[in-house]
Amino acid sequence: MPEFIIYALVAGIGLATVMGAIGVFVVWRRMAYFGDTLAHSALLGVAVGFIIGININVGIIAVCLIIAIGMVYLRSQRHLAEDTLLGILAHSSLALGLAAISLFSALRVDLMSYLFGDILAVTPEDIAWVYGGGIITLGVLAWLWKDLISITVHEDLARTDGVNIFRTQLVFMTLFALVIAMAMKIIGILLVTALLIIPAAAARRFARTPEQMAVFAAIAGSIAVAIGLQGSLLWDLPTGPAIVIAAALLYAASLAFPMQQNSR
Amino acid sequence: MANNDLNGTEPLVAGTGIGVRHGNQTILHDVDISVHRSEIVTLIGPNGSGKTTLVRSLLGLQKPKFGSVSSPKHVRIGYSPQSLAIDRTLPLSVRRFLEMAGIRSTEKLCEILDKVGAPNLLDHEMRLLSGGEQKRVMLARALLREPDLLVLDEPTANIDVHGRTGFYELIAAIRDERECGILLVSHDLHLVMSSTDRVICLNGHVCCSGKPDIVSQDPAYLELFGEVTPAVTLYTHQHNHNHA
Repeated sequence: MPEFIIYALVAGIGLATVMGAIGVFVVWRRMAYFGDTLAHSALLGVAVGFIIGININVGIIAVCLIIAIGMVYLRSQRHLAEDTLLGILAHSSLALGLAAISLFSALRVDLMSYLFGDILAVTPEDIAWVYGGGIITLGVLAWLWKDLISITVHEDLARTDGVNIFRTQLVFMTLFALVIAMAMKIIGILLVTALLIIPAAAARRFARTPEQMAVFAAIAGSIAVAIGLQGSLLWDLPTGPAIVIAAALLYAASLAFPMQQNSR
Repeated sequence: MANNDLNGTEPLVAGTGIGVRHGNQTILHDVDISVHRSEIVTLIGPNGSGKTTLVRSLLGLQKPKFGSVSSPKHVRIGYSPQSLAIDRTLPLSVRRFLEMAGIRSTEKLCEILDKVGAPNLLDHEMRLLSGGEQKRVMLARALLREPDLLVLDEPTANIDVHGRTGFYELIAAIRDERECGILLVSHDLHLVMSSTDRVICLNGHVCCSGKPDIVSQDPAYLELFGEVTPAVTLYTHQHNHNHA
């Protein structure tokens, strides 16, 4: 196997594992559109990173966090419905990102690779980012897991139980931003949400507990990466879309199985 | 029955002059409320009268624009919200839901489920429970916190009429056994009247409050709930009979 395929597989599986664990919360908490908005704003992060000369991953994380906090603030103002608000933020930040990149034509940015990812161009440095960021993300998730589940079930109940809602939400947003930064180069802005929610949805029918669902989502995502890579090599498909198609097929296949659940 | 001579003790929670606004709309103004140990206080009022807003303010879940809420630090609160909206994609058993209150012993969890009239539900899926079963499980979770103050927001909303009487008896028994204070939000006017020590009739402000039989004849109460026939309203519940 050529080296670039091994790199792609290693990075993709690491990424899918982390995205499975974050993705279940995106599904449970109905944050799919929110994730999309953060992903769209990531392009602005790339531009900011280039312009002020910092690591683009740091730029992406910073911009995603600002958008996330802005979103929480605007939502508390209740001027507009949440999906309208997300739409405004998603598209305006994507447009700003595109405009910034084209203004600074000196920026040699391969736009397509950010929109759709380029997993076959993954470098050892990218793998270090995915695994470093991934271990941090999974560690923090494990630490906050109980509180996050509690908030997901009922925010007010969690608060009366003494869960620090603000801190937990903020940390989760940060992890979310980190995962988007990790995913961007590999799967691309436009497909990030797909890899968050499709494996989680495929895992639902087999899981009896929240933890099982997270583990199964990670496995489903990893299988999708492996199949997608294979398909992309066989039929010369763009890799990001091939992985998403594989995930969607896994989800479709999961529907053939009965729902696993506790009594009744 | 009721242990009402606790006026000298510190309330478990007290709100003074509470006012809440959403934009230009006044939801609550000048509301005074307190709940003491071994006391069942019932909030009644029409839809949109600010009952849940008041409860959330007292629990510290939202900060009222005016007035203040005070509660001694050591007071443990058990809360059962109006509804749970657990997403259908979240696999969650009753056991897991109850364990979030911090107790994992199967024996204790079974015991509490028996007590609230929801036996054998421990390994059931939360989202597949009926509305009434869900309410009972939520009460069980609140009780597991061993609360000094139990706050129940429409605890019988999905329980059938027959079950409601039993449910209010259960709540009164819990008060007697644990000597906790109970704040109840309810629409079951006639049923609540009989098993409560104090009624607060809310409609943006406190219309009237006091012992149930007095409130039920208050003009402000009758204006809000006038359609309820007096015969039903004045029914006083007896605990010394059984429902067999």
